[in-house]
Amino acid sequence: MEDTKFYHALKIDKERCIGCTHCMTKCPTGAVRIRDGNASIRKDWCVDCGECLKACPTEAISVEQDDFQKIFDYKARIVLVPTVFIGQFSKYTTEEEIISALYELGFTHVFHVEFTADMIHREMLRQMESMDEKPVISSFCPAIIRLIQVRFPALVDNILQVKSPVDATATYYHKVLEEEGVPFEDIGIFYITPCAAKIAALKGAEGYSSAIKGVINMDTLYNKVYHILKNRPKDYKPECALPPALTKKEMRWSQTGGEAKHFSGRCLAIDEIHNVIEFLERMETTTEVRNVDFLELRACDLSCAGGVLAVANRFLTAERIMKRSMKRDKAPLIYVSERKEALAYLKQHITIPPLHPNPKLRYEGNIEEILKKMEQVRNLMCYLPGIDCGACGSPNCQSLAEDIVRHEAQFSDCVFMQRNMEKHGKLDKEHAFRIVEKTWGKDRLNKDCYKKGAKYEGR
Amino acid sequence: MQFKFELEGGNFSKAGYASSQIKKVLKQLSIDSHIIKRVVVALYEAEVNVVAHAWRGIVQAEIDADKISLILQDEGPGIPDIDQAMQEGFSTASPAVREMGFGAGMGLPNMKKNVDELKIESKVDEGTTVRMTTYFSVKGE
Repeated sequence: MEDTKFYHALKIDKERCIGCTHCMTKCPTGAVRIRDGNASIRKDWCVDCGECLKACPTEAISVEQDDFQKIFDYKARIVLVPTVFIGQFSKYTTEEEIISALYELGFTHVFHVEFTADMIHREMLRQMESMDEKPVISSFCPAIIRLIQVRFPALVDNILQVKSPVDATATYYHKVLEEEGVPFEDIGIFYITPCAAKIAALKGAEGYSSAIKGVINMDTLYNKVYHILKNRPKDYKPECALPPALTKKEMRWSQTGGEAKHFSGRCLAIDEIHNVIEFLERMETTTEVRNVDFLELRACDLSCAGGVLAVANRFLTAERIMKRSMKRDKAPLIYVSERKEALAYLKQHITIPPLHPNPKLRYEGNIEEILKKMEQVRNLMCYLPGIDCGACGSPNCQSLAEDIVRHEAQFSDCVFMQRNMEKHGKLDKEHAFRIVEKTWGKDRLNKDCYKKGAKYEGR
Repeated sequence: MQFKFELEGGNFSKAGYASSQIKKVLKQLSIDSHIIKRVVVALYEAEVNVVAHAWRGIVQAEIDADKISLILQDEGPGIPDIDQAMQEGFSTASPAVREMGFGAGMGLPNMKKNVDELKIESKVDEGTTVRMTTYFSVKGE
């Protein structure tokens, strides 16, 4: 298997993982296996969408983040706040209160991530004019970019080469601070992320700007901010400078439909990764999807409001952002700002390098060898039960058959096959027991009253 | 490697199943994506033709290291004049079929455009057999 350059932010805690099948069955690229009682992720197939984390019942899967204290390595400590973070709080919490809490935590500058959305929009329109391949696909969601690289490599050229808002805004403010005379090494830009994919993309080799020095998970920062807000006296009036306000369009950019609404022609906004996969599969095989000009594809349900690291309910977050974005000025403030040089700099640095396919290859070898392996899989499927129980540690029978052909699993890993082999005297009971323990871990078949749902849970 | 799929006349929601399965196999074989696209377009058009015009049919696919051969055999009204049917815009589709977005008279021309070989045999009131072959040129070889 070819090595991938993808950086992954999702980590599995082996102590917490109970080796259940929740993450394995939810993974949209079939990248999870259970071995020795623990889940493991195939790095070359993972797209960092975070579905496994959402499905995990024991909080064993986490998103790697930078230590918060890292911000103090810099004299200028900038935090880039996505609209979704503001949407974590109800309407009774004002923007001043949230932003003053961020200053209290130690940041010296607070800016909105979507401040550059209009610039991004303009660049997207510019690139669309010269693109023959339709539909054009937005480069907004990093999990979608990876999904296309892995599962729909033929569509890679349809993706626009534009920076994401966080990347563009970091580029812009870095320049602003440089102009103000802040030494390069003193500038520390940090991003509050609602998902794993954005961290992975920022730290990966995908050509993103290095202006961002660290990433803080949204849930972590939410707790810190909420703690400050809760401990303030009742009549506390925060006083702090607010970042340039966003327009309605900018505030809604990360919501489902936030981009699609602003393009002409046939534009579709599709959220949730399985929905995206279903749509792209259909687009590839039927002529039903015709004359579509623009696709806004987001990995999470309700887009970034549904990010794995968001704390508030995604429907509430989306509604709050809609409400908070009403009655706003229409003109983006980035153009009226006096930072003309930073604006010009961003205009020149708003693109990303071309993306490359990174197809999920099931088998190695030349076409004859692959055909032979696929025939072997079809033969194995004659025997496997086809109920996709996952008790073998692979997500479904098809995957088990493929794993067997790749020599990564055995026929006897299937519990149905074990019964069959025992019946015909090809497998003794002790051996069958050892096979199950190999997948699910030692002592896994013993009684355990402390597991989730059992009578002593939590004691 | 051989595949066989059944087609049911009038059931448009199932048209596309064979092309989607074949697409997955070709992707696994790392066939050039442009070739996959052409094969899939041709097969999908052929599937829709059977569903739109015939009573029932079968798709047989044979994939070898150098080519894919597709045979679509149907029991149906047949095509009285194949040359006429091959013309762009010629269609005998019913208004109901057109309403669903099919029947623009582009099916057969599109199939011809997207495969290396196309052969059609037909008997009126018995059925039609379409044979299509596409050769692979595998990436990196």
